[in-house]
Order: sequence, then C-alpha cells, then structure tokens
Amino acid sequence: MANITALLAGLIFGLGLILAGMANPAKVLAFLDITGSWDPSLALVMGGAIAVGSIAFAVAGRRSRSYLGLPMHLPTARVIDKRLVLGSLAFGIGWGMAGICPGPALVLLGAGSSEGIVFVAAMLLGMGIFEILERSKSVDRSKTGQHV
Amino acid sequence: MLIDWNHFTPWSALAGGMTIGIAVAVFALLNGRIAGISGIVGGLFRAQTGDMGWRMAFVAGLVAAPLVWQLFHDLPTLQIDTGYGMLALAGLTVGIGTRYGSGCTSGHGVCGMSRLSPRSIVATLVFMGTGFVTVYLMRHVFGG
Repeated sequence: MANITALLAGLIFGLGLILAGMANPAKVLAFLDITGSWDPSLALVMGGAIAVGSIAFAVAGRRSRSYLGLPMHLPTARVIDKRLVLGSLAFGIGWGMAGICPGPALVLLGAGSSEGIVFVAAMLLGMGIFEILERSKSVDRSKTGQHV
Repeated sequence: MLIDWNHFTPWSALAGGMTIGIAVAVFALLNGRIAGISGIVGGLFRAQTGDMGWRMAFVAGLVAAPLVWQLFHDLPTLQIDTGYGMLALAGLTVGIGTRYGSGCTSGHGVCGMSRLSPRSIVATLVFMGTGFVTVYLMRHVFGG
C-alpha cells in the first residue's frame, strides 16, 4: 500500500510541476532573472505549495503514526552547519546554470528530453560522488575510533 | 526590476503549486515522509531493505507524470536553451549540492518552509540567493 501511495504522490507532484510551469527550465530561469524582465510566477508556485503543505504538516506533526499506520519520518535536525549552507550554495549555482532542480529533471526525463537525460545522469553521478566521499570519511572515522 | 507581465501566469502557477502541496500532503499523511526529491533519489544509493520500493515508486510517479499528462492534453512547452556541457556541469553541481545540503526546492523550499524549519529557511534563502546571482552573472555579466 505504501508503494502505491508513494507512486501516487510522485505522480501528483509531477503533474503539479508541469501545470505550474516549473518543468519548463526557460520559465524557471525567467524567475531567477530578477534584474532582467522578471517572471514572478514561480513565487506563486511556492506560495501555493506551502499554503497546502503547512496544513498537512500541522496535522502530520501531531501524529505518531501515519494514516496508513506507518512510523512518521519527519526531520528532527535543527543545527545550521557548514554542510547545509555550502551544499545549498552549490545547489543554487547548479540550479541557476540550467533552471533545473531534481523534481523537474525527472519530469523532463519522462518527457523524453535528451537534455533531461544528460542532466539526470550528471545529477546521479554527483549523488554517487557524494556517497563515495561520505563512505571514505566514515571509514577514516572508524579507523581513528570516532564513530558518529 | 521589470515584471514580464506577458509571461506571468499567476493562476496556473498557483494551481500547480497547490497540486504540489497536495502531493506533499499525501506523502506526509499516508507515508509519514517528506516529499524531498533529492533525498528520495539520493537514498537509492544507500537503500536499506524495505526502503527501495517506495523510493522507486515515487520516482516512477514523477517520471510517468508527463506521460499521464499527455493522455489528456498536449504537454506545455519545455524549453531548454542550455548546451549539453553546461547541463552536465549543472546536473553534477545539483547532485552534490543537494546531498550535502540535505535537500532541494521540494524538501527545503516546500516541505521545510511549510514546517517552518530553521534549517530549511536558511537553505532556501541560500539556494535562491545563489540561483539569482548565477543567472545574473551568466546573463548580464558574462553572457549576452
């Protein structure tokens, strides 16, 4: 059941991205181009999503199990560290280069766009590099006995 | 700042945003999870048993969205003017950056902002900021 609702959530998410114009990189870049002729549409995308999302999380936050009886996995981290800031900084640069973030990248892939395929392949490579770096770091830590 | 009224699409933007919000609500209330795309995809690299199914299902839903859309309607214009080299560099940067930063536009920008998470508010301000600066530099300083 959880897989079916996950599939449904992904599908609705993707349809929302297409309807919103977020899956169109040219429109995303027009939003990020505040000193050019600015298209503010995507601010309304975030506004609309947050309006609905905040109601959902207000309800979800009070529950110990989901409506399917699954444990809640909501983030608990609160520390603003260097990783968060530098990672987000890099993400913004990549987003600004092409106007594509991870969700729309997968929608472009599904639309059969060759640009989408190249972007997703590179994104997966980047995520893979991150995993390799993280694993080598945890090996170092286990050698020196600093387990986290 | 000049607003481009000809391309401003407030109603579809708002409706699309609310649709994204519904997807976030479905995933939070039924699956008990955050609909953060980079986290869901990145987690495939370290999936534990029982973890793989819902991740693949969510990704499949996203990838299938344009196909389902086309059953009812033509797809809107999806315009990409970026060359392949730049696209590859952008994808690589987005992949590494979102994993170090623990989230992207969906996880931090939508879910985290909805939860008023201080981490997500900082992350969103940072990536929006560098997004604006990058486009400014590429279009108005180095580009043409």
